[in-house]
Amino acid sequence: MALPLLILQARPGMENKSPLRRLLPYIYWVGGLFILYFLLNYLISPTDSAGISLNAGMVVERLGEIGGFLFGILVGLGLIETYFYQIFFRQPRDAKAKTIIRGLQIFLGLLTLLSIFTFFEATDLFRLGDTFIGNFIRLPITLFSGLQSILYNILYDKAVAGMIVGLLLALIISGIYVVIHKLSIPRNSKLGLPYLLILPALIGILFLIIYPFLFETKLAFSNASLGTQATKNAQYGLIYGWENLKTLFTGKVAKDAMFFEVFGRTILWTVINVTFHVGGGMALALLLHRPMKMQGVYRTFLIIPWAIPTTIAAMALRNEFDSRYGLFNILLTDLNTWLTAVSHGAVNIPLLGDSFSWLAAHIGPVSWKQDALWAFVSVLMSNIWLGIPFMCVIILGGLQSISQEYYEAAEIDGATKVQQFRHITLPLLRPVLTPAIILGVVWTFNKIDIIYLITQGGPQEKTDILVSSMYKAAFQFYRYGFTAMFALVIFVILLIFTLIYLRASGGLKSATE
Amino acid sequence: MNTENTPKPVSPVTKALRWFFVRGRGDSPFKRMLIHAALIIASIIAVYPALRVITISLRPNDTLLTTSLQIIPENATLDNYKEVLFGAPEKNRQSDFFLWIWNSFSIVAVTSVISMILAAVSAYAFSRFKFPGRAAGLVFLLTTQMIPAGMLLLPLFIMLAQLKMINTALGLIIAYSVSSVPLTIWTLKGYYDTIPVDLEEAALIDGANRFTVFTRIILPLSTPALAIAFLFSFMGGWSEYIVARVVLQRNDMFTWPLGIFTFAQQFTVSWGQFSAASVLIAIPVMALFLYSSKWLISGLTLGSVKG
Repeated sequence: MALPLLILQARPGMENKSPLRRLLPYIYWVGGLFILYFLLNYLISPTDSAGISLNAGMVVERLGEIGGFLFGILVGLGLIETYFYQIFFRQPRDAKAKTIIRGLQIFLGLLTLLSIFTFFEATDLFRLGDTFIGNFIRLPITLFSGLQSILYNILYDKAVAGMIVGLLLALIISGIYVVIHKLSIPRNSKLGLPYLLILPALIGILFLIIYPFLFETKLAFSNASLGTQATKNAQYGLIYGWENLKTLFTGKVAKDAMFFEVFGRTILWTVINVTFHVGGGMALALLLHRPMKMQGVYRTFLIIPWAIPTTIAAMALRNEFDSRYGLFNILLTDLNTWLTAVSHGAVNIPLLGDSFSWLAAHIGPVSWKQDALWAFVSVLMSNIWLGIPFMCVIILGGLQSISQEYYEAAEIDGATKVQQFRHITLPLLRPVLTPAIILGVVWTFNKIDIIYLITQGGPQEKTDILVSSMYKAAFQFYRYGFTAMFALVIFVILLIFTLIYLRASGGLKSATE
Repeated sequence: MNTENTPKPVSPVTKALRWFFVRGRGDSPFKRMLIHAALIIASIIAVYPALRVITISLRPNDTLLTTSLQIIPENATLDNYKEVLFGAPEKNRQSDFFLWIWNSFSIVAVTSVISMILAAVSAYAFSRFKFPGRAAGLVFLLTTQMIPAGMLLLPLFIMLAQLKMINTALGLIIAYSVSSVPLTIWTLKGYYDTIPVDLEEAALIDGANRFTVFTRIILPLSTPALAIAFLFSFMGGWSEYIVARVVLQRNDMFTWPLGIFTFAQQFTVSWGQFSAASVLIAIPVMALFLYSSKWLISGLTLGSVKG
């Protein structure tokens, strides 16, 4: 009784209520769903041997794991932000304070730097071995894990031990910050705030993008493969980079295919897909863009291929390309039966009856999986089906933003529909269309999941495009060094394309203004 | 009366034909019929393959392989759904469906939350401040949208393997953040740009500081954009297969795309169960997508299609 009342009371003037109050309905929802789930779980699988494999223990464990992760990230970011805040917005009170503050700050900076180096070493960017420098750099982490293992011996829980040591560390660092704060006076900084704001994302991008990229560049100049246990026994050197490059352009990219063959197919794949996406999207958008009944219904239906999760769509379509039970061959078989019937005179069509025998002989079920051409057609069909709604919606948005007055004026001047389309619609759609096409090209160029899920590049890698070849080289044939070089070459191809686009459209200026 | 001025008597048939094919304002009924026909055909092409999934999921196990094109199969049954959801205790088989959904959800939600935290503040800096390195940063973000996600997969995979994070949720969270963080920054920056600066300046004159301005003006005003950005990164990771396949190799860690793939890989391909699981997953996602498509599209045009 009290619960619904609370919700009712929370309704009017919700803006004034505390955030907790405002979120209350959602909390109820989440809580309700959880209770429902566990009730279901309890009713259906009272024992562990049957029923649902997910249990409450797993949920709690995962919540603890990601909760700890998020907490760690927030505390870490907080500490780093405070460090830079004090550099930007505080200045030492006097000369003596200056020595102490700078000393402490250099100490903390060094500590962080050493930890980062240890991270680099742990991921095998370089190896320092058991030398003096190596041990010095590893010192902070060695101390940390030493403390953790001492605690582990007492608590027998590694996660908790790590957390306690981490919190201890955070406390010590906070103590240092308090000292610095006491010894300093505020100062103004114009650039401080933006840098503090971008700092978290900067750290994220450094670790997530820049560092892996550097790592990949190094890997490209190595002979890393499964035989060398990835980077463990890999050799590095320019000669390996050259070998990788030579293999890429003259040898097999995955197992059977050659680079230029795959590259040509990638371009064909991209051009055909984007042409059909834009053409089909444009046609549907023009059909939809008029006052008409059922417009909403059509829109909803037409958007469905985009709304279906890609994995499901790809797997379902793969099923439909089955040679006997798939939709396409069923339709083709039916068509063939009908054509044969016509050509044999079973169905009487005057005058044209005979010409159907040629059609009957040539149209029929197709081996979508064994024939290289039809396999490529099957992935093309799937991706075209999936991609048209996106373009349609984007173009429809563009059409709706064009004022109707242009068309009225053109009509008064006697322009035909075709002229209106060429001289009003197309130019005014350009701001919407150009970026959409560019994004479409890049996305299609990199579209790995459709090909991988439908044909797996088969038969004999005749439907692979560059990215799917690269994926195979890495995770089916474990040619790591080679794959890294491959990835860099793909990156350069895309970079050249991007630069040409940006030069042509001036998009860079508007993006960074 | 002058005979030349009187209109020629038009036969009703001609009149009807003219009305049908020409008509003065708007489209003629004939043209409208053509348009509707074209749209209906297009809708069927768009919807039918999706309907087939439902059809297959309803088929009883002994008639899975048929060449019938009926939408509702004969002897339709919900057995496949039952087995996918609750397992088959009599065959001593557990259902991993909820496990997969939970794995996917926890991983993708945390990825989205992290990207939001990182992006919400840095996008504000990119949108409102001029500082050295700003242009370079934006160009860099744009470039990251251009590079393939699969490109950094290999170094990430080796790094995660070195840190013993393969087969952990955190490993996949990290791998997904690679593409999610720059995209989220870019989307939010586009939205912040549309919020008038006057609002903040007025607040600053009234004595608010930048922090208050950000939390009291910018964040509440950009709630829709935050929701869009969250949805974007959520949708991006939710049905992802390629990266997940590399990072997660143990069955109990599988996200749902990996999970439903096991239906197709088993010794006997269970298309019925695959389809049932697909329907169960796709329907809520599609409902959410169709419901939010208007905002999703505006978000797309905000972030990337800005002149």
